[in-house]
Amino acid sequence: MTIDWSWISDHASDLATLTVSHLQAALTAVLLGLLISLPLAVLAHRVRPLRGFLLGLSNILFTIPSIAVFVLLLPVSGLTRTTTVIGLTVYTLVVLLRNTVEGLDSVPARTREAAKAMGTRPLRVLLTIELPLALPVIMAGVRIATVMSISLVSVATYIGDGGLGQLFTDGFQRNFPTPVIVGIALTLLLALVADALLVAVQYALTPWKRKRA
Amino acid sequence: MYELFADLGTWLTGAEQWQGPDGIAHRLTEHLQYSLLATLIATVIALPIGLLIGHTGRGAFLAINLSSFGRALPTVGLVVLVFLASGLSMTPVYVALVALAVPSIVTNTYAGMTAVDPEVKDAARGQGMRGHQILWQVELPLALPLIMTGLRLALIQVVATATVAAYVSFGGLGRYVFDGLAQRDLVQVLGGAVLVAVVAVVLDLALSGLQRILFRHRTA
Repeated sequence: MTIDWSWISDHASDLATLTVSHLQAALTAVLLGLLISLPLAVLAHRVRPLRGFLLGLSNILFTIPSIAVFVLLLPVSGLTRTTTVIGLTVYTLVVLLRNTVEGLDSVPARTREAAKAMGTRPLRVLLTIELPLALPVIMAGVRIATVMSISLVSVATYIGDGGLGQLFTDGFQRNFPTPVIVGIALTLLLALVADALLVAVQYALTPWKRKRA
Repeated sequence: MYELFADLGTWLTGAEQWQGPDGIAHRLTEHLQYSLLATLIATVIALPIGLLIGHTGRGAFLAINLSSFGRALPTVGLVVLVFLASGLSMTPVYVALVALAVPSIVTNTYAGMTAVDPEVKDAARGQGMRGHQILWQVELPLALPLIMTGLRLALIQVVATATVAAYVSFGGLGRYVFDGLAQRDLVQVLGGAVLVAVVAVVLDLALSGLQRILFRHRTA
């Protein structure tokens, strides 16, 4: 199994386009996942009976094979980017929802009570006290969801999308390993860079966590 | 939409659909065989690694980073790559599934080991227990619940991903998904997906039941 280096240099611009489209799909999914899971997590955290239901439901969604999710969406959204993004979003929900609920759980009851006693309104407690304190656990979920989405985008190659995943079908059909190797390498690189950036974001968002000199 | 579900019901319950080499019973057996064997291989590889880094406290950084690296590895790409390298055999499928399962087991085993109260370990050492005795008689039993969680997570992922076997011309429930896809037969795809999800949920419930029976003597 040898790498055909000239293929890589000949297709540099295609590879760049695929990488950008790959990243776009993954990031959109994580953002949508966050937008959906934040309110749901707050709900699951506040209303106990809903908690088991929501977490159980997201666990079941997780067990459906990703290729099937994409295919099932075909009658709804067709062979489009929308299908890819919805499918990926479903998968991010499991991790994001669970971690956000756990993050909210980890906020000490004392802190919440103190805020209430000082007359802070519920919405303000949520936005300025609970969410910031839950941030490390939520961010851990965001990191897992991002890396997972970046790796999962390639499954959408079966429905004609899939960013870098198209390199896998291409290599498979032509019995030509170079695109496959390049696709795996670029996916790993994207995941690595995205994860490092998220660590930096978390560092910037949680100044109180830094050790004082 | 209603019609689709009605067709799905007919597809799932038809007697002829369950028989023969392309029947659900056979495909289900294949799927279980791939998933269980892959999870077993992954456990044999990952459990000692997790126990070792948890017990010695060495290599944790490397192991955790390798695990998140493994999570980023695109399964489809891995299957195709090993397929092109090794030819038509079940190897690519098992390699990809094992690679998928190992990270969850390593990280959870390690997490379980680090969650063991250091005072308990100290007490064991104070009573004159040796390193391997502490590992087998103290750390492992206390870490078991989290280890089981890792195994369950790995198994769910493997069951859902074992569909990929059909992509490289093997069996399992993925056959319905990929054949249905090729034949534009949505009911078949849906049927395959539902079956995979049911298998995953049932296995998960079975393992959590087993866990409850094994640990019923625990108060916490």
